[in-house]
Amino acid sequence: MTTTPTAADSIMGDVPDGRFGRFGGQFVPETLVGACQEVEHEFRDAWADEAFRGRLDGLLRDYAGRPSPLTLCDRLSDELGLRLLLKREDLNHTGSHKINNVLGQALLAQRMGKERLVAETGAGQHGVATATAAALLGLDCVVYMGAVDMERQKLNVFRMRLLGAEVRSAETGSRTLKDAVNEAMRDWVATVESTHYCLGSAMGPHPYPFMVRELHRVIGTEAREQCLALDGRDPDVVTACVGGGSNAIGIFSGFVDTDAELVGVEPAGGAAVGRGVPGIVHGSTSFLLQDDHGQVQEAESISAGLDYPGVGPEHAHLAELGRARYESVTDGEVLDAFQLLSRTEGIIPALEPAHALAWVSRAREELAGKTVLLNLSGRGDKDVAQVAEILGEL
Amino acid sequence: MGTLEKHLRERRDSGRKLLMPYVTGGITDDWLDVIRAYEDAGADGVEVNIPFSDPVMDGPTIQAASDQALRRGTTPRTVLSELRGLDVSIPLIVMTYANIPFRMGYRRFVEECIQSGVHGAIIPDVPYEEMDAWEEAVGDADLDTVMLASPISSDERLAKLTARSRGFVYGVNVLGVTGERSEVGTWTADLAGRVKQITDLPVVMGFGISSPETAAAAAAPSDGVIVASAIMRLLLDGGSALEAGAFVADLRRAIDGL
Repeated sequence: MTTTPTAADSIMGDVPDGRFGRFGGQFVPETLVGACQEVEHEFRDAWADEAFRGRLDGLLRDYAGRPSPLTLCDRLSDELGLRLLLKREDLNHTGSHKINNVLGQALLAQRMGKERLVAETGAGQHGVATATAAALLGLDCVVYMGAVDMERQKLNVFRMRLLGAEVRSAETGSRTLKDAVNEAMRDWVATVESTHYCLGSAMGPHPYPFMVRELHRVIGTEAREQCLALDGRDPDVVTACVGGGSNAIGIFSGFVDTDAELVGVEPAGGAAVGRGVPGIVHGSTSFLLQDDHGQVQEAESISAGLDYPGVGPEHAHLAELGRARYESVTDGEVLDAFQLLSRTEGIIPALEPAHALAWVSRAREELAGKTVLLNLSGRGDKDVAQVAEILGEL
Repeated sequence: MGTLEKHLRERRDSGRKLLMPYVTGGITDDWLDVIRAYEDAGADGVEVNIPFSDPVMDGPTIQAASDQALRRGTTPRTVLSELRGLDVSIPLIVMTYANIPFRMGYRRFVEECIQSGVHGAIIPDVPYEEMDAWEEAVGDADLDTVMLASPISSDERLAKLTARSRGFVYGVNVLGVTGERSEVGTWTADLAGRVKQITDLPVVMGFGISSPETAAAAAAPSDGVIVASAIMRLLLDGGSALEAGAFVADLRRAIDGL
């Protein structure tokens, strides 16, 4: 069947040349170009292969617990004066959306004959998911994590080690997610023949932004069907937190061709779309927090998972097209939202999606009476110790 | 043919092995004296790094050198302006990461390089697939863009990157980042041989050169060597420009003995 391409197809469709408007690309050293091309080639083959898709769908269903539910929040909706739906990625195995991407990439690594996965992690959710997939498929796994993040996410460090992964601390720069990505890339340059870089967000060199979006598309596809089943219509607003932007790109992909407004929410201390200028780091052109001379600036956020000075190139493109808008919230607003959802709905969110809720709460007048779909990308167990330290006795 | 390529070809064709030491711009107050000392020690060109906050092709020593320079307030403009009027006769090649010229604007960056007497540029995270905009900005300016060749580059890629390279081809000795290694592996001779089969550009090998012995081993099957981490470690440990020069003179003797 041949269909005429529409604007929506061209927005979040195939990315044959690795470009999202003027963003994206494959800015990697010569040693990694061949590897990136191999990943692209193998992914396209696998994605068109029914056996591969069947195996991945089976794991997503029987191992990760998909589909994740859609929850209508009665009490919180009343309190905010709008209608709030949560896409419950927090209920996936390993506690976040990250498992969708990782199961796909781990199967791909196996298909390519790679026996080792290397990954970066911020909050530890991607690291835990990668360690989990490696354990499941019998692959070696090394996860790089900033020293600062290892301290504030101790439980996830222990989890990764329990799952058999080696966790290596990134001791340079701000010692957070950006530096973990640097170390993972340095590892990959040296080990590329045996190792697949299991990048955890919709960022990096082509094909990663495209591949990671496709692997998270399941979030948007399910949510759209669930919204239609519940309401017979699309939501008015779809919102998600944005660091690199993988959970947001996943849920946006299901609604980009609807009338729903798409809103990405960044941390005030890491608002690459909000305050960045175009730059090239970690393999692609995108908005980047940097100084006048091109030195990358350090992000600062309560949430280790969003503590990143860049953003995936497709978000930069969606922002420039005006198809999505990007807001930012402060750490204080996030802590309030974290408690609000816990108290009113009995759901302790991760600090990352609490950013999206913080924006919904702040924008409640603008959103009055509207149906808002929020991607609850992860659960908050990992954050409870950190929040307890900040809030003290409740 | 650019000034850099002409100079290196002449020296190579006279039977001389090429020696190109590296310095991180702004690593110390007297970093320009380091370049002078390199020239006195018999260097054929100098690779001048404009430090970047996130150097993903570099190991711990160059990272530390970059951090030290950045902490001292070094910027692309301070490096390039300090190079102006530097009294050396060997060519200078800037090495930096894509975001530095991208932020300044490729065209502006090229102009500043020319005004500073720089004749070559190495940008390791711009493979030939991404270099159209850069090449367009260089235009017919006398600035040779040096491409890196990897031990695992396919023959097809080697042919393409060599065709785009000017000045020389930078052969990478290892799979991995910069940093000293105790030995030169089998990749060096293999890669140098493969590149030499498709071009008569000088082929200069870098990464992992730590000593006169490793310099000689890498220079033997190629046209010369680039040395970075070993000298930057010396400077980070408080070594002087003269001591850096003395080390380079040792390397010179080792490769002249081939």
